[in-house]
Formats: sequence, C-alpha cells, structure tokens
Amino acid sequence: MSADRVDFGEKVSLALTVNGKDYNVAVPVRRTLLDTLREDLNLTGTKKVCDMGHCGACTVLRDGVPVLSCLTLAVACEGAEFTTIEGLSGPDGELTVLQQAFIDCDGLQCGFCTPGQIMAGTALLKENPHPTVDEIRAGMAGNLCRCGAYQGIIDAVQQAANSAASK
Amino acid sequence: MARVVKTKVEIEGRVHEETVVIEGEELTPWEEGHDFRVVGKSVNRIDARERVTGAARYTYDMHPAGMLYAAVLRSPHPHARIVAVDTSRAAALPGVRAALSSANAPDIKWYSGHSKLFDSMVRFVGEEVAAVAADDMETVRDALKLMDVKYEVLPFITDMREASRPGALQIHPRGNVLKGDGGREGDLYSRGDPIAAFKSADIVVEATYSTSTQLHNSLETHGSVVMWEGDELTVWESTQYIYGVRSRVADALGMPVSKVRVICEYMGGGFGSKGQTLKQPIIAALLSKEAGRPVKLMLNRTEENTLSGNRGETIQKLKVGAMNDGTLVAIDLETLYGVGAYGGWAGAVGGPAKELYKCANVRTLTLGVRTNLGSHAAFRAPGYVEGTFALESALDEICDRLGMDPVEFRRKNYAEGDQTSDLGYTSKYLLESYDKVLELSGIGRENKLPAKGELGANGNWKRGIGIASQTWSGGGGPPAHALVRVNPDGTVEIMAGTQDIGTGTKTTLSQIAAEELGVPLESISFRAGDTQKGPFGPASWGSITTPSMGPAVRAAAADARNQLLEIASFFMEVPASTLVLQDGIVTIEGRPESRRPLKKILDEVGDYMVTGKGFRGPNPTQPLRTWGAQLAEVEVNMETGQVRLVRIAAAHDVGRVINPKGLASQFYGGILQGMGFGLTEERIVDARSGHVLNADLEEYKVPTIVDTPEMRVAGINRADTLANHVGAKGAGEPPIIPTAAAIANAIFNATGVRVTALPITPRRMLEALKANREEGKNAHV
Repeated sequence: MSADRVDFGEKVSLALTVNGKDYNVAVPVRRTLLDTLREDLNLTGTKKVCDMGHCGACTVLRDGVPVLSCLTLAVACEGAEFTTIEGLSGPDGELTVLQQAFIDCDGLQCGFCTPGQIMAGTALLKENPHPTVDEIRAGMAGNLCRCGAYQGIIDAVQQAANSAASK
Repeated sequence: MARVVKTKVEIEGRVHEETVVIEGEELTPWEEGHDFRVVGKSVNRIDARERVTGAARYTYDMHPAGMLYAAVLRSPHPHARIVAVDTSRAAALPGVRAALSSANAPDIKWYSGHSKLFDSMVRFVGEEVAAVAADDMETVRDALKLMDVKYEVLPFITDMREASRPGALQIHPRGNVLKGDGGREGDLYSRGDPIAAFKSADIVVEATYSTSTQLHNSLETHGSVVMWEGDELTVWESTQYIYGVRSRVADALGMPVSKVRVICEYMGGGFGSKGQTLKQPIIAALLSKEAGRPVKLMLNRTEENTLSGNRGETIQKLKVGAMNDGTLVAIDLETLYGVGAYGGWAGAVGGPAKELYKCANVRTLTLGVRTNLGSHAAFRAPGYVEGTFALESALDEICDRLGMDPVEFRRKNYAEGDQTSDLGYTSKYLLESYDKVLELSGIGRENKLPAKGELGANGNWKRGIGIASQTWSGGGGPPAHALVRVNPDGTVEIMAGTQDIGTGTKTTLSQIAAEELGVPLESISFRAGDTQKGPFGPASWGSITTPSMGPAVRAAAADARNQLLEIASFFMEVPASTLVLQDGIVTIEGRPESRRPLKKILDEVGDYMVTGKGFRGPNPTQPLRTWGAQLAEVEVNMETGQVRLVRIAAAHDVGRVINPKGLASQFYGGILQGMGFGLTEERIVDARSGHVLNADLEEYKVPTIVDTPEMRVAGINRADTLANHVGAKGAGEPPIIPTAAAIANAIFNATGVRVTALPITPRRMLEALKANREEGKNAHV
C-alpha cells in the first residue's frame, strides 16, 4: 500500500479478526469492510441499506467501538478486531440480554435494521450502562428503522440496562 | 366437493369480482366471548431469534455458488430516444460475463404493452438502458462506465399541473391523463345533488390542499438473486407477492409457472412498493442464462428512491358544505394525482369523502397525471392518507367556524351504513374508537377537546391538540390456501404461499393454527415465502393477509385436528366426537384421566403424516371496512416554525385482535410513517434536469428515534363474525391514515393557522404564520 499509484484491479492481502476468528483474505483495494464481511467472509448478518453512511444498518464494533462498515475501506482494517451481530450470542447460542430484550419488546418488524440497532445498542450500554430515555434516543439516533419499531427499541435498551443492573 | 362461486374483493379502494373455487363447508365463526387459549394473547414473534442474531437470510444475503453480480445502466435523461447502444467495450472487460441491452435482449413487453424490457424510448431518469453481470461489484461498476449510449434528448414535464393542461406536451402514447370508465379522463363518483346542496348550506369551506411525493424507503432495496438448474429457474426476490413474481417472470420468459420457483423467506420492508414486479428479476434471469451462472441484482439506495415506486403527489380542490347545527350536507373534491411515467392507476383519494361521514351529496373526481418521473406504486393506504388530510382539515375548519367540538361534530355525522351501496356494514365501531381515543389521550370520553389556543404556550412553543378519523377496506377474501402438516413426532408445520414482510404474519397465523388444532404455539413451524412449499397465498397488501390467510389456516388446522381425532378414536376406542385435543393432549370429554399425548397416539401409526387442507371462503354481501381515530398533541415553535409531535393516541376497529403485541407494532409503525408524511418526508425533483435530488436517506427525512412521540394505541377488539370465521379485519394500513390530518388539526388548535400543504416543514409553517399575520394586519386596516 506504499505505492503512489493504486491499480484498482489489484487485490490486497488482509489479515483481520472477526468474532474471535482470524481471517486472511485478498480484497480489491476499493472494497468496503461491509462488502468484505458479506461477500468474502459470508457474514451476511450485517446489512447493506444505504451504502452511504446515512442509516447505521451496517454498524459493527471495531476494537469495541461502533463503526459504519460501509464507510470503512477493508484495506484500512489490517490487524483490527471486529464483532458483528453473528458474534454476540454465546457458544451454545444463548442470546445477550439486549438481543432477548429486542424480542420481548418487539423492537423490530422486518428485522433488516435490527443487527445494526443491536450493535449500536450494545456499544451504547457498554459506554453508558444506565442510560436515560433521552440518552437512548441520542445514542441510537444514527440507526434508522423504516417500519417504525423505535418505541420497542427504546424499551429494549431500557430493559437490557435494567436486567444487567439487577444481576 | 369443489364448487365455483363469485365474490367481491376490495383491494385498496378498488373492488373487483373474483371467481373462486370453494372446496368444502365453511367453519362456524369464533363468536364474541369465545374462550381462547392462544388467540388474543400477546406473544413474541416466532422468528424473532433469527432476526436478532443475523441468521435470517434475506434476498440480499443469498449467495449461490458461482454467483455473479449485476447492475443496470439507467437513463440520465427524463425523456429521450436511444439512438444507439453499444455494450461491446463493457463486454470485453476482464471479469464481465454477460451484457444486455435493446440490441440483444428478447422482445419482452412491459407497462401493459406500451414499452419493452429495454425500450428505445425512455421516459424518466432511471429507466433501464442496459445491464451487465461480472465476477464482482467493482468490475460491474467499471463495466457500466464502458457502455456507449447515444441519446436523442427530448422535451419533458415534471410538473403534473402543467402535464394535465390541454395542449401540454404528450409524454405517453395514451396521453398524460389516465382514462377511467368509458374512456373518460379520471375516476368520477357522484351521489345526490351537490350543486343544490351547496346553495342551501349555511356554511361552505373551500380550499386547495396539496401533499408531496412520499418515498417508501424500504430498508432492503428491491432486488433478485436468480439461479438456473436446467430449464428450471429459482428466483429469490424481495417481494410482497411470491406468486405474483412467479406469474410475471414465467410470462415474461415464456415459461410454464411450474418451472419457476420464487422464494422470499425474510423480507426487509415493502410498504406497498414490493407488490409489483419490477424488471430486475427478468433482467437477472436473462443475464444468468447468458453467463451460465447465478446472478444477484439488487437496486442501490439511489435507484430505490428514484424508480421503485412512491406515493404520488396530490393537489386537492375541496369544497365542503354544512348547516349551522353541524350537519354535513355536501362534499366536492377534484384531485390531481401524480402517477409518474408509467403508473396505471391513481390512488383512491375520493374514498374518505365518499365513506367516512354521512353526507347525501358528494362528487369526487380524481385525475391520474403522467409526468417524466419514476412511477408511483401503492404506498400503505394509497389515496386515503392523502384524501383524509384534506377532508379532515376542512371539517376541522367547519368546526372552528361553528364553534363546535370536533368530536361532537364527527359523532353527529356518523354514517350508519355504506352510502355507496345502501347496505349495512359487517361491523363498525367508530363511535367506540372516539371513546377509546379520548380515554387513551387522558381527556376522557365525556369531555370536549381543548378550544383553540386553550393549551397555551411554553416559551416560543405553542401547544395544541387535533383529531382525525379513518376508514379503509381490509376484509381480504379468496383465493387463499394453507396446509397444516402434523409430523409423527407431534410437531406441526404450516405450509402457506403467503409471505411475512415484517408484519408478524407467521406469528399471527401460527396462533390461529395452535388455537384451532389444540397444540402449543411452540410446536408450530411456519413455512412461508416459497412457491414450492405452500399453496397459493395472496399478496401482502391492502391489509388483507390476516383476514384472507387466517380463515384458510384455521380451516386447514380444523381438517388436521379432525383427522387426528379419528386416529385417536381408533386407539382410545370411543367416537371421535367425544374427543378433545388441547395443548397437544387428547382427552375423552369429561374424563380428564383419559389424557393421552398426541405424540403417543401418532407413535402407533409410525411414519404417517396428517395433512390438513384449508381455504378462504367467499365474502359476505355487506361492505366491510376498518375504522379508527387518532388524537395528536403538538408543539409549534412560533419563531422557527418547527413542529413536534409530542404524543398521540390511536384507537382502531380492526376486528378481533389476534396478537396485541404485534398489533401495537403495526400501529406504531403506521403512526410514524404518517408523521413523516405530515412533517418531513418529501421527494425533491430538479425541474431543469428531471433528477431526484434527495434519493438517499440523509436529505430525504424519514422519522428517527429522536422524533418518536409518546404513543398510546389500542384495537377496539370486537370480532367481525360476518367478515370471516376468524373475526379479524386487516390492520396494516388503518394506522397511517389519520396521523397527518390529526397533526395538521393540532397545529391549527395551537396556532390558529391552517397549513394546507404537506409536509409541514419549518419553512411551510413559517410561511403560513407570516401569511396569517399579514392577513390579520390587512383585516384591521
């Protein structure tokens, strides 16, 4: 990647960790992290909605911090560690409290924005384990839901915060 | 014994007669007060786990081995003739496997035969010109840039008022204005004598209302993944209608329907736009055939917001007459409805004027107008959302002039029966909806709404409250079918050719099956969204799925239960009529100790699988409608023009409620889309280029979590046993209908200013406030 000129047809070898698993892939230099996850690693839980950084559906955690994978070039991810929606549940498939709360509070309808919502909510609760409703609204504002499941999403984040607090 | 009957079915304001095959006797209805074990209980979605873990596979996620990626080259001109198209430079690019254009595509007719899959005439920015499939998306993008197209650019129209004028440039072989009955322009309806009624009315309100083009913005774009195996084609399609896609694809490609399989197990939102079949599955199938490999062709966000459909804009000239005692006497409504380049019908904007209130003299005329823009498509209660805004605004104006409480006015003008047919309704609980919405809002059912300005202000923010009502169809009808399979281990599979587009269909129908069959909900798996797995199911549109599929699923479950009890009767040595199946256990009536788990009985018959079959019977002769009311409370900033929907109450009569949790979600979603329509959502077109300027999710403002108001919602939950034997009506569309109207009326209640154009953006609000101040000044001069 040190060359001044980049051949768009060129593929670059890339090492990254996703959900605890190490991958080595050759990706076109123009490819986003989102397309790499979905097309090269077959991790299709992360969704492509706008591909312009407007909607939050492609949110994943990079070293624990939420990023928009559609605005992240894959070649800029050498050595990084990612968590995607597929990496949240436990080894026997047990759901996180937030995932279960999304089910209980019906924080979803078609479910297409849900992986991004849950990744954003996971990051929010990590940073602020006891958010107020206004803090939930602000923290989740970058994730659009066209079905209008926002009320359930607010309830789900609250329920997850409360159930974590009661443990 | 099959027999053939004719029955009337209404889809989104358009009634047609359906010839249906009836396969047997109808079940008796679940009456009011029936003792339910599963129906009516709030349950979680049965497929929620897949949706929260990323395991749910949507069309966009399909990736058959060897799959290629594809995209379409689209016209940059709103009106042009394609003089030449040359894909050879693109085809020569390494990695490109197939290219398609009018030069090599088969002659497939489109838009009712007035155009082709790849036509030499393009009529909007975004119309298909050529397509390419390649090894990866990067190569596809490069190949599109190597397509050589020569256009002869033609004059165009994007303004529907201009397009509707006599002598306007004609942009379509059938003219700019859609023809209705008898070849006359537009859809005309009339009853009574409106002209005479306006003359004798004590008060007449007249205004022009307008609504903007709303974009569906389903989060999963329209798209297809296709795979050929020999002469059989599998199409994964993000659709509201798998069987519709099957017929359209088979017809276009000249194939028998049996050779086309359409799958949509998970779907990322449609809201009406995915009831139609766009060109992409056929383009993908042709590319795939040429390349000999599977092909994925998904629209990107810009394409989605340019060409996949929209709620057409309206301009409504409305005149309403009433007497001093509040009796409504006449309504006259003339509407221009933008259908884009190829839209074949206009939304039923006149519906609310005809049906919502008692009024003897009504005339409505709706003209669908073509322009050089992307075609409209059904969008959640098409026509009624737009028409309700205008009508309810005008009625609110009448209430203000008469000094009459808006709820009292609406109760006074309650229509007992259907005024378009003089028949009674199957059921109508609109008065109960008013009571409920007043109760939910905290006002109380006996109290009047606060008078104009009564709620006062908090700093610059003035507060107000407004009400609007709603009617809509939602009865569904035949044909709709289902199978219920009971496996040897006692597990149950429902096989149905319907699809769950996010509305919770699989969950609702599983509750109905569990209730009728007498098994726990957890034992049921629902196989939907695959034409090879389930018998015919209708499109998921028009709020028809629950009232159409519900009875079919219940009938299939009853058939399966009867067979199970016959089998049990042999082993338990009593007549089947004395046996009861409940919670998966068979008991001889009145003898609890006789209980035998279903599984134990099925063990006796080895690998035998019970298959129950069910159908949806004909509709009653009475008209069926859904009803409801919403009460909105807003704050208006008098300095900036911002409007906030603070809270909203919604009560709707959608028949028996099957899953209250799922129903609440439908109501929340409808309200939020209605709020977007009322306050923020507006497609912006550049009149000089014909391009959509905000075909994205940043400049096109869909509601966010920050905008979400406090919502209190309820279904009236009264069974409509005349409608169908499940007692449910449809619930998907009713909740979007009155929201924008209630908000606009609340704004008037807060400020005394009537805004007649949607969405009520800060700019429109400020302009209205300013105009009102100037009017007031002039009045005092």
